[in-house]
Amino acid sequence: MAVQHFNQASFNDAISNNKVVLVDFWATWCGPCRMLAPVIEQLGAQYEGKVVVGKVDTDEQPALAMQFGIMSIPTVILFKDGKEVERKVGVMPAQAYTQMLDAAL
Amino acid sequence: MAYDIIVVGNGPAGLSAAVQARARGKKVLVVGGAPSDIQLSKAELVRNYLGMPDLSGAEMMERFRDHAQQMGAELRTGRVLGVMPLGNSFLVSIGSEVEEAGAVVLATGVSYGAKIPGEEGFLGRGVSYCATCDGMFYRNKEVVVVGKSAQAPEEANYLQEIGCRVTYVANGPRPAELREDISYHKAARLEVVGEQTVTALKADGEEIPCAGIFLLRSAASPVDLVPGLAADGPYVQVDRNMATSIPGLFAAGDCVGQPLQISKAVGEGMMAGHRASEFVDQQKKA
Repeated sequence: MAVQHFNQASFNDAISNNKVVLVDFWATWCGPCRMLAPVIEQLGAQYEGKVVVGKVDTDEQPALAMQFGIMSIPTVILFKDGKEVERKVGVMPAQAYTQMLDAAL
Repeated sequence: MAYDIIVVGNGPAGLSAAVQARARGKKVLVVGGAPSDIQLSKAELVRNYLGMPDLSGAEMMERFRDHAQQMGAELRTGRVLGVMPLGNSFLVSIGSEVEEAGAVVLATGVSYGAKIPGEEGFLGRGVSYCATCDGMFYRNKEVVVVGKSAQAPEEANYLQEIGCRVTYVANGPRPAELREDISYHKAARLEVVGEQTVTALKADGEEIPCAGIFLLRSAASPVDLVPGLAADGPYVQVDRNMATSIPGLFAAGDCVGQPLQISKAVGEGMMAGHRASEFVDQQKKA
């Protein structure tokens, strides 16, 4: 199971039952989001078993986007013990996400 | 892969890189803004270009563009929002599209200008560079479009059509193509105002209340386009081969430094196109 595609229920479930969760808020009409997709896939594989990596399509899940005050995509949020600890807005190099993950683990 | 080389920027450096890469049989896509946004197009008369004295900038650009097209380069109008190195290739996002290439040449010029106060701090908290990406988050809200490119009015119209309430701010006459129901505000000195998120744009001292500010320039600075790219002051760091700090990524023209001259841009573009072609050949052999 590499990258999960969350809806409200599976998102809540993932956040409350896992220590570290990385969530990529994106949409199909957003070029930079699609550009980031392979990086997110790679993180999912790299941290398999340690971190749950998932995606939220802000078009299909507007309530989740609103809940987290998403105003610009891609936005990647790191959750630890059910709480947001860090977020990165815009496309970053893979290293920016691995640093954030390694610090949380 | 759809392209061997993607050139970001359609001024003299970018088109020279494209001509060179086409001469070496590479499949080339050149992406840039409207011709009227290119710095050279605004020059009334160019006196110092070898063998072509006293042409207008617009005339010169037309010749450069024709040459690149005749050589078989694909020219596309659009704004590049990001370049992502992925090991053996690059992804380039152009509006809502994504293209892939083996090598990339950055020739963005320096017309992006300085950031406005507050821009960086409020990025992702009300400041956006992409109307198609983020417009939906601002439906039924007040937004300001800061129009600094020829394509900006079209994007402002798009935002208005999806339900944002748009005010267009620029330092010139009201663009003719702007929808009539979009209010226009002429101002030169801009500043982002907000608390947790954006609350207004200050334009020549007057606050325009809004939830979002779309800053639409003709090109982004290369360091903002490519995560992790090494810079040398305001310019992209390159070596003698116009290679940047990222393998397979080359840069040429005004974006790598002074003097900001056409001959220099064309020469550097030639080198970048040449080396990018070599890079693609080596990758294919490996």
